[in-house]
Amino acid sequence: MRFDGVTVRYPQSSRNAVDDVTLEIAAGSFTVLLGPSGCGKSTLLRTINGLIAPIAGSVYVGGSDVRALDSTLLRRKIGYVIQAVGLFSHMTVAANIAVVPSLLQWDRERIRWRVDELLQLVRLDPQRYRARYPRELSGGEQQRVGVARAIAAEPSVLLMDEPFGAVDAIVRRSLQDETRRIVQALRTTVVFVTHDVDEALRLADTIVVMREGRVVQSASPLAVLTKPALPYVAELLDSHDVIRRLDLMRVREAMQPIAGPETEVIDADASLRESLNRFLTGPEHLAVVRDGQRLGSIGFEDVRRALRR
Amino acid sequence: MTYFLGHLPELGSQTVTHLALVFTALAIALAVAFPLGTFAARRPRSAPAVFGTLGVVYAVPSLALLAILVQYIGLGFWPVIIVLAAYAQFILVRNIAAGLRTVPDAAIDAAKGLGMSPLQRFWRVEVPLATPVILGGIRLATVALIAIATLGGYVGAGGLGQHIFFGLQRQYIAETLAGSIPAALLAILADGVFRGLERLAVRRITG
Repeated sequence: MRFDGVTVRYPQSSRNAVDDVTLEIAAGSFTVLLGPSGCGKSTLLRTINGLIAPIAGSVYVGGSDVRALDSTLLRRKIGYVIQAVGLFSHMTVAANIAVVPSLLQWDRERIRWRVDELLQLVRLDPQRYRARYPRELSGGEQQRVGVARAIAAEPSVLLMDEPFGAVDAIVRRSLQDETRRIVQALRTTVVFVTHDVDEALRLADTIVVMREGRVVQSASPLAVLTKPALPYVAELLDSHDVIRRLDLMRVREAMQPIAGPETEVIDADASLRESLNRFLTGPEHLAVVRDGQRLGSIGFEDVRRALRR
Repeated sequence: MTYFLGHLPELGSQTVTHLALVFTALAIALAVAFPLGTFAARRPRSAPAVFGTLGVVYAVPSLALLAILVQYIGLGFWPVIIVLAAYAQFILVRNIAAGLRTVPDAAIDAAKGLGMSPLQRFWRVEVPLATPVILGGIRLATVALIAIATLGGYVGAGGLGQHIFFGLQRQYIAETLAGSIPAALLAILADGVFRGLERLAVRRITG
């Protein structure tokens, strides 16, 4: 997927909502568009499935210019999850999930089988949930159905627009973990919009930081944390406490008590921020030591997991 | 009462004619009102013009409109149908437009994003979600049309109005009542049936 000089301006607006964005998104990657509200991240997302047309530049999905494709057909191949969920309240859970398969005219048996499979995948008991209506579900359950509906026809691309913004923190966390698990299994390319730094760090392979319609940094979570491209990026992250938390947490709290093949060492009482700096410039894993004794090993994944707690 | 019982078979067939007038007109009115209501809902700026025009039609006394139509197309079934259909427009269009506007933006965004064509989105998402409000319009229109269809008695279209018309002419109150009481009962019955449907539709959508 590729953005080439994409510019969007809404009618009656004096500035560009998305301003000359050029960006490549690797197939199979989990990319998070991060920034404050009004920075153009949702707008950029919606150019991918043609819900918004750029006034300049092109968006390419799977090598073809979105403008040249039939947008109705394109959208059936691109999963779409929104914050407001948008389940159809006059349809059962099963019928909601079956929307895209029915549009694609799958046969009845295959659809029924797929609906049950998807409900299991998002951890809702098919027996109990199939025939329910959206109003009978909690917010978290509704969004599970929203995710199931979006991936029903195995899209190669999944767009998620602040999907977990309206559910409480505990539910959000489990939805995040499950989303990550599901898309990893499916090898789907995910583009995920959020203003929540923790969420971005937890999910992303690549974080694209946006401000006023422009991309200011596109890099791995590690690089965004340790080498912010602009003071703005540092502020954005800092205001969400992540750096401070990294400063406060010790390596020994995040390490794995296993002996790896690492040759470089870090002190068990060093901060996680220090370990991040080391990862960026050197090895992927470090041996954790105290008083010359080897206690275990730590990698970037462990730092991430610690932030998740 | 004796008059009523003595004319029972005739009243039965007139009730059927009456309902045929109402529902034929309603079907035609709906076929016109759907596109108009959708247009008004999609282009809010055009709505005042649409409602204004239909409001004028609605304001013309139905008997006057009928008299004018009879001058041009003669007596019988069709002038009554046209009056009824025209009169129903205002109510139907207003409710269809209002109903479509109650459809949540999120549902429309999701329908588009999932790859429904505009027609699929309209029939599978927008209309079902607008159904309670649209049914409310159909209920009001039906009740009004049952009353107005009594005018059919004046122009040879038949229906329950025939008894009312002849009864008035002959100042024979029993005959008038034999037409007007069933007409009133029909209107009350239709109101109840549509209210029930509305409640079902609302429950289906909002619980």
